[in-house]
Amino acid sequence: MFGYLVGRLSQAVVVVFVMSVIVFVGVYAIGNPIDVMIDPGATAEIRENLIRQYGLDQPLWRQYFTFIANVFQGDLGNSMVYNIPVTSLVFSRLPATLELVMVSVFIASVIGIPAGLYAGYKPNSIAAKLIMALSVLGFSVPTFWIGMLLIMGFAVELGWLPSGGRGAVGDFLWFKTSLATSDGWAHVIMPAINLSLFKMGLLIRLTRAGMVEAMGAEYVRFARAQGLPDREIVFSHILRNISIPVVTVFGLELGSTLAFAVVTETVFNWPGVGKLIIDSILQLDRPVMVSYLVMVVVLFVFINLTVDLIYARLDPRVRLKGGS
Amino acid sequence: MTAALEVRGLTTRFETRGGDVTAVNNVSFSVEKGRILGLVGESGSGKSVTGFSILGLIDPPGEVCAGEVLVDGNDLRKLSDEDMRKMRGNRVAMVFQDPMMTLNPVLRVGDQMAMAVRVHRKMSKAEAWEESRKALDTVGIPSPEERLRAYPHQLSGGMRQRVAIAMALLHSPAVIIADEATTALDVSIQGQILAEVRDLADRTGAAIVWITHDLAVVSSLADDICVMYAGRIVERGTAEQVIGQPRHPYTKGLLDSIPARHEPGTPLPQIPGSTPQLSRLPSGCPFRPRCPRATEVCATEPPVVTVDGQTVLCHHPLERT
Amino acid sequence: MSETLIPGGNTLAVPAAPPAETRVMRMRNFWSDYRRSWVAIAALIVIVALIVGSFGAPWLVPQDPYDLANLDWLDAFLPPGTEGSGGYVHILGTDNAGRDMLSAILYGLRTSFVIGISAGALALTVGITIGLTAAYFGGRIEAFLMRIVDLQLSMPAILLALVMVAMLGQGVAQIILALVVAQYAYFARTTHGAASVERRKDYIEAARSTPLPTRRIMFKHLLPNVLPPLIVVATVQVASAISLEATLSFLGVGLPLTEPSLGTLISNGFKYIHAGRPWLSIYPGLFLMVTVVAINLVGDQVRTVIDPRNSR
Repeated sequence: MFGYLVGRLSQAVVVVFVMSVIVFVGVYAIGNPIDVMIDPGATAEIRENLIRQYGLDQPLWRQYFTFIANVFQGDLGNSMVYNIPVTSLVFSRLPATLELVMVSVFIASVIGIPAGLYAGYKPNSIAAKLIMALSVLGFSVPTFWIGMLLIMGFAVELGWLPSGGRGAVGDFLWFKTSLATSDGWAHVIMPAINLSLFKMGLLIRLTRAGMVEAMGAEYVRFARAQGLPDREIVFSHILRNISIPVVTVFGLELGSTLAFAVVTETVFNWPGVGKLIIDSILQLDRPVMVSYLVMVVVLFVFINLTVDLIYARLDPRVRLKGGS
Repeated sequence: MTAALEVRGLTTRFETRGGDVTAVNNVSFSVEKGRILGLVGESGSGKSVTGFSILGLIDPPGEVCAGEVLVDGNDLRKLSDEDMRKMRGNRVAMVFQDPMMTLNPVLRVGDQMAMAVRVHRKMSKAEAWEESRKALDTVGIPSPEERLRAYPHQLSGGMRQRVAIAMALLHSPAVIIADEATTALDVSIQGQILAEVRDLADRTGAAIVWITHDLAVVSSLADDICVMYAGRIVERGTAEQVIGQPRHPYTKGLLDSIPARHEPGTPLPQIPGSTPQLSRLPSGCPFRPRCPRATEVCATEPPVVTVDGQTVLCHHPLERT
Repeated sequence: MSETLIPGGNTLAVPAAPPAETRVMRMRNFWSDYRRSWVAIAALIVIVALIVGSFGAPWLVPQDPYDLANLDWLDAFLPPGTEGSGGYVHILGTDNAGRDMLSAILYGLRTSFVIGISAGALALTVGITIGLTAAYFGGRIEAFLMRIVDLQLSMPAILLALVMVAMLGQGVAQIILALVVAQYAYFARTTHGAASVERRKDYIEAARSTPLPTRRIMFKHLLPNVLPPLIVVATVQVASAISLEATLSFLGVGLPLTEPSLGTLISNGFKYIHAGRPWLSIYPGLFLMVTVVAINLVGDQVRTVIDPRNSR
């Protein structure tokens, strides 16, 4: 177990390192950020000074090592647009994104998993076919367009919900969140539903497939031959088996929900990190882009590791070994 | 004395793309308390479907469409779904072929057994666990407490099958249906389990239906034998009768192709052709195309011929010597 | 519903390598299985109609919406069904530049198809090559290649595409490249999975022991056997590429506004949803949705037909 963790962690470090290099080099290739920052009429001298100030005159590798050295001191550089440290910029936006992701993951699970179980339990029923049709829509209709339709319907036409932005922030325990106010919920519900649809579709298909497979499994037949009622077979036998792939994909999809928040946040003008990264790409705010991407990679590696550990907990056949 | 299990005219159909298929065709037999009936046939002969039909475990597109299944004189087919469920595992138990697959891989053996105990008897989890321990003891599993805490993959194949048999015994059922219960096991373990099953039938008085493709296994185990072909029972009698004096050409063919019964060095006789597809059966006797004794009359339904309790479904049964 | 396990049907038939005639027969079987779902038939018809409509757009629609000479500011924001200065009815209305929406949508759809199909085809080629190479050679090459692929698969495609467009900038070629980078891994994983199963089979071992060149064994023997699952992945990936391109363009990091694209059209229309002009974003979105859903439905049916486990 310990050897396994060490192996996985060192792997993770390598991954993060490689990705940081790729991201850094890749992002560097975009035009000259100085052009964006300064007034085209500025003198060459001001220009030179700025370039030096941001270290842009240094060779690429040196810029990278400066970057990494700073990262270890918790300094990810300053945003070229807002001129404040990237870390505080990202952390000021992070709570909004986490709120959104949490609510949408919650919605996706409480609707998607039971719906998928039902569709797998009675695959030929009309309800099951309806559920499956909706799941196809859920992950094939582009998120941004559904978001727009939601705004048109509930905000513009009906006027029930605000069309965008984050609501008032309230206190919950020791931190501030918009989920503590009703205004906050009014703002979060539509984007959260929008973000949840893709994941919901996926969860439905996954649990359904698991259920169908389990229903035909020999151990289910054996359980029925022992006289166990269907209810108990589903809840005691099948759920445990299905939970293994569902938890795995669920965890992995947590990361992609974070990534897709980029789209939803843009549509709903939600002030999270996703909107921040799009803005920074459009404004060529390099430090923000690099930091965001490296942060996301770290997050992904962490999530993957957690999923593996949970997986091993759920499936007694898996024994964690050192290395791969 | 009444039979523990009596099956009369059992017929099961499957709806398939190529039309309806009769997997079990008018099957009748009975087993008395403490007796073992061997149900023999090639794969696809309908013997497993017969087992599942008795337990009412046929799922759509399949359906048991005729016949009676009498256990202690009650017709199981007349029971409601809920009453039928209460019979399963309780009065009629089943053991499956593949011990790798019949136990849920992610639940501990004890949890699965306790679940099977509590479904028919009201008791606490701890008591159910104790019952399970006793059941494992009965089938000769060493250190049962340890086994109960293990996951199925931590047990050997023979051990798992013993667990499955122990689960079938939990509620001292009147009837146990064992479907290829030893086929997946090593020969030595197979022998042990067969001996235990024989002993079990004698001790508990359970009627056992032993489904297998292996005539050699039933010849040493069963009291009576039914031979199935293409969904029908083509020959039925005591083990001595069927093994010693087979009257159906198909039974004769099966017996002749057992290597151990054959003189070494001479070619082993085989039944020509292969198992027929149930959707494309010939008219009359289904064995007709492969039968050395077939004549034109075989295109009509074969008659039931019974002599001394040995029944054959054939126009030209072999003569008794 | 479809194939039921017939209790008597499981005779052991060993399938021989399919000769040419049976391939035709397999195609015929495939088709007869495919058409058992009327939804899938409808989806296929829709796709064909959309492809014909979009590639035939220059001959079908009244104006070239991206030729500024054709546009008249006086025609701006005409609601659907209004006749404009050109003397024809704008069935789906016009946008802020007086562009006929139907024409713009069909031109945009053409871009979507070009991007989706070329990205899909390129990703398929790259993915097959990597997957087959890894499966065929095994050992370190396999470990290295598949490690990279797995790493990429753990990242959502949209994120990879974002990084790529951030690096490459805007434009059709850049988007295609970004999509290939974001998607090839799915093909590589599928190819590798199917090929390593095949590779362990005897016939490949037999082929390897003859002096046939490696490349030939890989493409002649391995490839045909890994093709069926790839077809499914390819349909799904083309749909996803089209959807991703639209998303990126909507976010403003994909195609520039001067290029016809469903994403940019929707993005443009999005500005006017509060101004009571919903047709600007609804119609292009509708076309996008229908296209993507239709492709996915076809992919779904193909999967059901070629994968016996999926038959219910």
